[in-house]
Amino acid sequence: MKTRIDRTASRTGGFIGKSDVCLIAAIAVFSAFMLFFYLYSAAHVKRPMLNITVENQEYGTYDLAEDRVIEINDTNICEIAGGQVRMLSADCPDQICIKSKAIDRNGGSIVCLPNRVVLRIIDAAESNAPDSIAG
Amino acid sequence: MDYDTNYDMDRSRKNTGSRRNDGDDKARRIALLGLYTALAILMGYVEALIPFSFGIPGMKLGLCNVVIVFVLYRTGWKEAVLISAIRVCVIGFLFGNLFSIAYGMTGTMFSILVMTSLKRSKQFHVIGVSAAGGTAHNIGQILIAFLVTPTLPLLWYMPVLMLAGLVTGVLIGIAAELVMRRLPQHG
Repeated sequence: MKTRIDRTASRTGGFIGKSDVCLIAAIAVFSAFMLFFYLYSAAHVKRPMLNITVENQEYGTYDLAEDRVIEINDTNICEIAGGQVRMLSADCPDQICIKSKAIDRNGGSIVCLPNRVVLRIIDAAESNAPDSIAG
Repeated sequence: MDYDTNYDMDRSRKNTGSRRNDGDDKARRIALLGLYTALAILMGYVEALIPFSFGIPGMKLGLCNVVIVFVLYRTGWKEAVLISAIRVCVIGFLFGNLFSIAYGMTGTMFSILVMTSLKRSKQFHVIGVSAAGGTAHNIGQILIAFLVTPTLPLLWYMPVLMLAGLVTGVLIGIAAELVMRRLPQHG
């Protein structure tokens, strides 16, 4: 015997209405706008650099064009390879930084929150730090 | 089939007359809330099994919110807050760390705040409430992450997570409404 599901049984007044569609559309448009803004500002990076900050202090800035492996304070290790940056190893429990997508000249950031390590792509003009660290 | 019309566990917090013992009411309510909490924790476990993040840290299915939305509509926001708090702590201890508890807590509390306000305004249906709740959840998480690590790039996660929260919120809303239709309130 098939049970008839009474639409009014939930007493919530239904799935969706005009106001819901408007609300969802507004949020979607707003976040799409934010997204375009971010992509637009990131696409104008002329000489992309990897900027690393630890606990909000400048740790270093490195040119994306040079492949290298960077150790950060013996808690994290990241690498620049083929114009991309990824986190190789970290001692944090959740390893979210490892699982994050690699970032490249288009912008983006990889954050290791427990260790307060932030890897981000910036334009060479933005950074106050020396343009590259030798050795 | 005849339902016992006095047997309305969801209404036991509100005053429905003196037909029942107070002791009975409380016991039923505690048992029911415990059931909902266990269900919410179970949803968290299922979530941990399904990798949904696509490389974006903090992206989740938000399955627990089916229970939260359900409790919000059926019982009230105070119960929803209580169940959420317990759920965040237990899931945090089982699968996460202290950070995930902090982020989860602000996320759900902000989400419940938004959902309760929208629901009270009586202008929105379940899908709108749940979608806004999902978005608010993610916004809350990013805000606290920003307080901990104030870097501008973190804020650029906002649009992605807002959209993700919106989509999952809509789906959760549909699921919650379907559940509520199949579990009618008695009495």
